[in-house]
Amino acid sequence: MAFGRHGGGSAALCALLVMAVRASAAADPGAQIEIRGFQFVPATVEVRAGATVTWVNDDEEIHSIVASSFNSPGLDVAQHFSIRFESPGTYEYRCALHPQMKGTVVVR
Amino acid sequence: METTRRELLTCAAAWAGAGVVWTLSSGILSSRALADAGRATKRNGLGSSGGLQFVQISDTHIGFDKEANPDTLATAREAVAKINALEVEPAFVLHTGDLTHAQKPGAFDTVEGLLQEMKVGGRFTVPGEHDVFGDGGREYLARFGAGTRGSGWHSFDHSGVHFVALVNVVDFKTAKVGALGSEQLDWLAKDLIDRPASQPIVVFVHIPLWAVYPEWGWSTTDGEQAIALLRRFGSVTVLNGHIHQVLQKVEGTVTFHSAMSTAYPQPAPGAAAGPGPLTVPAERLRSHLGLREVVWRGSPGPLAVVDARLG
Repeated sequence: MAFGRHGGGSAALCALLVMAVRASAAADPGAQIEIRGFQFVPATVEVRAGATVTWVNDDEEIHSIVASSFNSPGLDVAQHFSIRFESPGTYEYRCALHPQMKGTVVVR
Repeated sequence: METTRRELLTCAAAWAGAGVVWTLSSGILSSRALADAGRATKRNGLGSSGGLQFVQISDTHIGFDKEANPDTLATAREAVAKINALEVEPAFVLHTGDLTHAQKPGAFDTVEGLLQEMKVGGRFTVPGEHDVFGDGGREYLARFGAGTRGSGWHSFDHSGVHFVALVNVVDFKTAKVGALGSEQLDWLAKDLIDRPASQPIVVFVHIPLWAVYPEWGWSTTDGEQAIALLRRFGSVTVLNGHIHQVLQKVEGTVTFHSAMSTAYPQPAPGAAAGPGPLTVPAERLRSHLGLREVVWRGSPGPLAVVDARLG
């Protein structure tokens, strides 16, 4: 599993573009999950093994992504966090600061 | 008996920002203006009756800088100024957690500076989930853990009152609510076992021990076990933060008080899709922020709890 986090502003935009270019070469373009209104949107995504999933925080509150096998730092507004999922499985995650927020990544 | 939020708000509004003293006597709540409270002349937290006076501050969220309050350091400093302007120097300050906003770099340094600026006889803290979420509490314990056990729980006596600091935030992300854990509960049982039922007890903790609103994590999964250990005592006051609003509940001899934040308000339980910073008009922000003064007069009976708004 590969992790990545990038700052806000133009750096985030550049990073997103780089990621988009990389993703376009992969078999599965991966998925982007927006964090807004204290929810992960969409709450469930499905990707193929090897795809990258990126969370982008649109809330004016810090959120994080925590699961049994991965853990993000706190994401401030406009920051994002990416993971490449190598192994098939169902990965349930929450926000460590607001654990009523939950989501699922299904890797085929 | 439970005082409803509406009753509390009605009474608080009547005093229009001056702050209110809540006194519980034989199960009856009464209030009076902050200006009339603590009119004592002795120093070092001792009032004219020889009682104990201390201050609670909560949820400073240093590092938060969004719309709900772009300058949480400024409002925290206003709280410090109010503490330093008290006629009686408080015996100590209790900070009931979320010192920082998600452990932002430098935030713990700023909070330590704020605590040192307070003219008080001592400083005691418990962590909030924001203070431990990134590293499980390692930095918090390195800074504030001296003399504590486990994740930071501890107890001490002052002026005949027994103070207990509990930590219920370390397993927040998996429990989804506060959790104390068996090791801390065992310690609490031993800490209380030889104490006479006549000794007043003050518990301070971040997340409410009682079920304020479990759907938003405003509860402690094993809080009832702690409360059961406290029920035999004649006067128990439980002070918490986390929900950023004044809320009170009385259950026999146990009184629960949730404190305001110095940083930003949150919605009333269930009044929004979820918890989180609540943006109010800038001119009203300070009426939602504040600190708390507690007076123990040294005679059998309750502690007087004064919630003072910043503006």
